[in-house]
Amino acid sequence: MARYESLLDACGGTPLVGLPRLSPTVPEGAPPVRLWAKLEDRNPTGSIKDRAALFMVRAAEEGGRLRPGDTILEPTSGNTGISLAMVAKLRGYRLVCVMPENVSTERVQLLRMYGAEIIFSPAAGGSNQAVATAKQISAEHPDWVMLYQYGNEANARAHYETTGPELLHDLPTITHFVAGLGTTGTLMGTGRYLREKVDGIQIVAAEPRYGELVYGLRNIDEGYVPELYDATVLNRRFSVGTRDAVLRTRQLVDVEGIFAGFSTGAILHAALAVAHEAVRDGRAADVAFVVCDGGWKYLSTGAYGGTLADAEDALEGQLWA
Amino acid sequence: MAIEVRIPTILRSYTGGAKVVEGAGDTLGDLLTDLDSRHAGLKGRLVTEAGALHRFVNVYVNDEDVRFLGALDAKLNDGDSVTILPAVAGGAFGFAAAAAISQHRAAAAAISQHRAATVAARDAAVAAR
Repeated sequence: MARYESLLDACGGTPLVGLPRLSPTVPEGAPPVRLWAKLEDRNPTGSIKDRAALFMVRAAEEGGRLRPGDTILEPTSGNTGISLAMVAKLRGYRLVCVMPENVSTERVQLLRMYGAEIIFSPAAGGSNQAVATAKQISAEHPDWVMLYQYGNEANARAHYETTGPELLHDLPTITHFVAGLGTTGTLMGTGRYLREKVDGIQIVAAEPRYGELVYGLRNIDEGYVPELYDATVLNRRFSVGTRDAVLRTRQLVDVEGIFAGFSTGAILHAALAVAHEAVRDGRAADVAFVVCDGGWKYLSTGAYGGTLADAEDALEGQLWA
Repeated sequence: MAIEVRIPTILRSYTGGAKVVEGAGDTLGDLLTDLDSRHAGLKGRLVTEAGALHRFVNVYVNDEDVRFLGALDAKLNDGDSVTILPAVAGGAFGFAAAAAISQHRAAAAAISQHRAATVAARDAAVAAR
């Protein structure tokens, strides 16, 4: 528990903590309904993505795709880039991240600090320009290795082999698992494991519903569903808007003292929905949900203070999860 | 009472620019047929010829994905709120870019095959000595 050979060995094994104040109150004599938070911000770089990054790099090494000194290319502005930068540094690879130039300054600083190189795509061109830039770079450097987290089985396997067993060990009475839906790796891996071990387990997805500016760029015929996604692993899927995500993020720190990013707020919103349903139906429930990361990287959005409307405006057009 | 339907920017050409429209129906399928009678062509963008929801369209009833509620057969009630969105879940930039350059993987696979062949040839040469 307390001593590890290296930082990479300290990945996972995160605490599961009860939320006695945020769990819904049940009528006297009714079965308990409890919320449990899996603190993934306690991973080496502060997010759940450390698990996937480590497994993807190891799988690529074992499969002979990555050799010492190779360059890894990842189009990401988020936590995966930060996790990969740390793993790449410790395992001896170069990491190049492609991202739009309008991402938050903390992210750029963090990535550079961990040693990643960044190629910016112009913000003005929106995501179309970002995609064009990423395409051009990949064409110029076919020898760079792209781990492609959206289709990499090692991403889901990280959670099948670690997150799932940890949850079951710490909470054998688990009835619901709630996590965010991005690459879908957390839900696919943890969900498959828990479905094999726990009868009647409910696997619940919370996906962020961004401001209109984000979707405005999208054409319905050019949509994308990650290759890892298998809808049969899920029981339900909630779409959580910016306002609800911010509200829950603030509630989590205000009531339980857990300072998390906004994707966690979206997940908590869905977790509370299923918890309240269990209370209504008079069923016992142990609802475990994922705290993806801490709130530090999002402070500059200003969305932790002021009115909810202000926060919603501050996050409009941003990929906050 | 009616059902409120939120239309994504990309489909507002069918609703005269309206962000929110109202409709009626006992199921999602009925609602879309009702909407199509006033906003011709809208249903065709959401439902395939085979009669299923288009793969890259997500529809939510009161914030829950209808694919887990019976899809086009999902039951609706007056006062429900329906949201239509293109499929761009989490990390939108990352996966759009990753999807767009996924052909990179083909090139990468060729390179790692080449490497494996080189290693095999070297090993064979070593073994022959």
